[in-house]
Amino acid sequence: MKSILTTGLAAIVLAAVTAGPVLAQGTLQKVKDRGQLVCGVNTGIAGFSAPDDKGNWSGLDVDLCRAVAAAIFKDPAKVKFVPLTAKERFTALQSGEIDVLSRNTTWTMSRDTSAGMNFAGINYYDGQGFMVNKALGVKSAKELSGASICVQTGTTTELNVADYFRQQGMTYKPVVIEKLPETLAAYNAGRCDVFTSDASQLYATRLTLGSPADHIVLPEVISKEPLGPAVRQGDAQWGNIVRWVLFALINAEEFAITQENVDKMKDSTNPEVKRLLGSEGDFGKGVGLDSDWAYQAIKAVGNYGESFERNVGQGSRLKISRGQNALWRDGGLQYAPPIR
Amino acid sequence: MTSARRDEVMGHRATPARRPPPAGAGPLAWVRANLFSSPLNAALTLVGVWITWTAAYAIVDWALVRAVFTGSDGSACAKEGAGACWPFVTAKLDQFIYGRYPAAERWRADLTMALFAAGLAGVMIPGVPRKGWIAAFLLIAFPAIAYVLLTGGHFGLAVVETEMWGGLLVTLVVAVVGIVASFPIALALALGRRSRLPFVRWSSIGFIELVRGVPLITMLFMASVMLPLFLPEGVTFDKLARALIGVALFEGAYLAEVIRGGLQAIPRGQYEAADALGLSYPQKIGLVVMPQALRLVIPGIVNSFIALFKDTSLVLIIGLFDLLGIVQQAVSSDTTWLSPSTPLTGYVFAGFVFWVFCFGMSRYAQRIERRLDEGQHR
Repeated sequence: MKSILTTGLAAIVLAAVTAGPVLAQGTLQKVKDRGQLVCGVNTGIAGFSAPDDKGNWSGLDVDLCRAVAAAIFKDPAKVKFVPLTAKERFTALQSGEIDVLSRNTTWTMSRDTSAGMNFAGINYYDGQGFMVNKALGVKSAKELSGASICVQTGTTTELNVADYFRQQGMTYKPVVIEKLPETLAAYNAGRCDVFTSDASQLYATRLTLGSPADHIVLPEVISKEPLGPAVRQGDAQWGNIVRWVLFALINAEEFAITQENVDKMKDSTNPEVKRLLGSEGDFGKGVGLDSDWAYQAIKAVGNYGESFERNVGQGSRLKISRGQNALWRDGGLQYAPPIR
Repeated sequence: MTSARRDEVMGHRATPARRPPPAGAGPLAWVRANLFSSPLNAALTLVGVWITWTAAYAIVDWALVRAVFTGSDGSACAKEGAGACWPFVTAKLDQFIYGRYPAAERWRADLTMALFAAGLAGVMIPGVPRKGWIAAFLLIAFPAIAYVLLTGGHFGLAVVETEMWGGLLVTLVVAVVGIVASFPIALALALGRRSRLPFVRWSSIGFIELVRGVPLITMLFMASVMLPLFLPEGVTFDKLARALIGVALFEGAYLAEVIRGGLQAIPRGQYEAADALGLSYPQKIGLVVMPQALRLVIPGIVNSFIALFKDTSLVLIIGLFDLLGIVQQAVSSDTTWLSPSTPLTGYVFAGFVFWVFCFGMSRYAQRIERRLDEGQHR
């Protein structure tokens, strides 16, 4: 019954989506008329989007929305956050309820091409990782041969593990469990050596274990889950704004422009920095914004690295290492095209 | 001659004093009669005492003895063997009550809740005069006042969008609006289902059967996910309002069946008598039939309201943060407070608050039933 219903719903959603929305005016103009950006975020995921004790939204995905709002309005507060569940997120974007979907959404081909939306970039390279007890003395996933692994049945997580161990020519004992909390409980009780899930979740999960310091997340990431912001299909200018705000934050880290020194950096002699911060050329025009668009975004949330460390990295309790999310020159994957 | 000596001489022997008969009254007697009347009963009592003691000990141990009372983040609660993480609840209490309602405007939510509580107390406590006026205030004036107070935008009050609402406030808004708005819907549907006009009858039956045939989750999901797709591009419709409409329609269909039960219990003669008096249809229903029918089904109505109150937590699946939703959000996603004991603490707190409200409603329902019984036995 449930699956029939879901299929029916999916069919209707798809029909409505493929019919395609007719855009009377550009999203940027609508956002400006409204006076605030409307940003779809997760209903609550540690480090990415969650309200703090005072009820203010914070997190890596939230920072991106604030940066876009700052680039448009010169005020990072002019953004409204709409918490969305996984099921609602695409229709919310489709129906125009939100302008940007910044909700740890994996960039896949089908979503990018036939779900009526376009991805604007990748603000977090996620992927499945492994967590083990330190007492095991394992430093790499390649040493896990023969280990027992707690996995949920019928998930891609389970399939990824099977593929990885086959590729590596290693064996493992699956401890198959129905639900995630029970899987975690089994790991916590020592029924298996390894707990596996998306890396971003492993760190949050670790904090809920009896003694977090006893567990380590192994460096290997065995699947590709590139998470990024998405916009409605059919408005190239709006997609450009979101994409280039993200690129501006990544470029800012590369040029060591921080929230603190951004004012001083305006007088930098480096032409790349000058172009980014708008003291030379007028690159904002290309996306319909003022020339200080990137300056405002960086001023609001800091560069990509600052935002990362503050929300999920060493400045937070999650302590996620940069890994794939380090800059390209530091061995990571974060690479932004030049502003020229 | 001493009396002992005399007894000896006379052949009298002192009768040894007999044990007093088992006490027929007092706590000891009660215990003996009720808890230890037979070996089986005694064994059951001991097992029961043992279970109660173990449970109570575990609860006290968790909630008080091993509990953490101070701390500024989850690491305080992460120590080995820690019980409840109370500083988490203290830090988040405002959020659990008001959601993200701006701190400076919270007095508006407080005032709304206080007005509602006062009105409710006026209606419920027997002996308060002018109940009719208070009820009229609750049903007519209060919704308008509450709407203006909570959403703002009039009389110099700042606008607070419903995205900012949350916690107990949303739970109460959904429950109260659901209860109040569903009642007229239910009355219309119940009468419609018994109407002689085929179109009215069939559409009422169709609506009731359709709505009762789908779970509340599906209704909410349709209202939240499907509705926006049918609206023109860019036209948005408040998410909370969508959920409220869904809940009101759903509850209306259920309540209609409860009220229909009452209508069916009214003897035919009552209708005929009303007709014979020359009353019009509205007069017949309003003056003769409904007052009797509703009286009969008050316990059923209260029962379905309690069910609705608990069902309000389903709105969390469409991204609204009722009490349970906001607790769940806080325990799972606030990096500051992540710890092994945080989730349990949060859920126990939410469960306790729900229990307080539902228990209150059920006690009130029992009182109404008793009062009605007295009426019946006169």
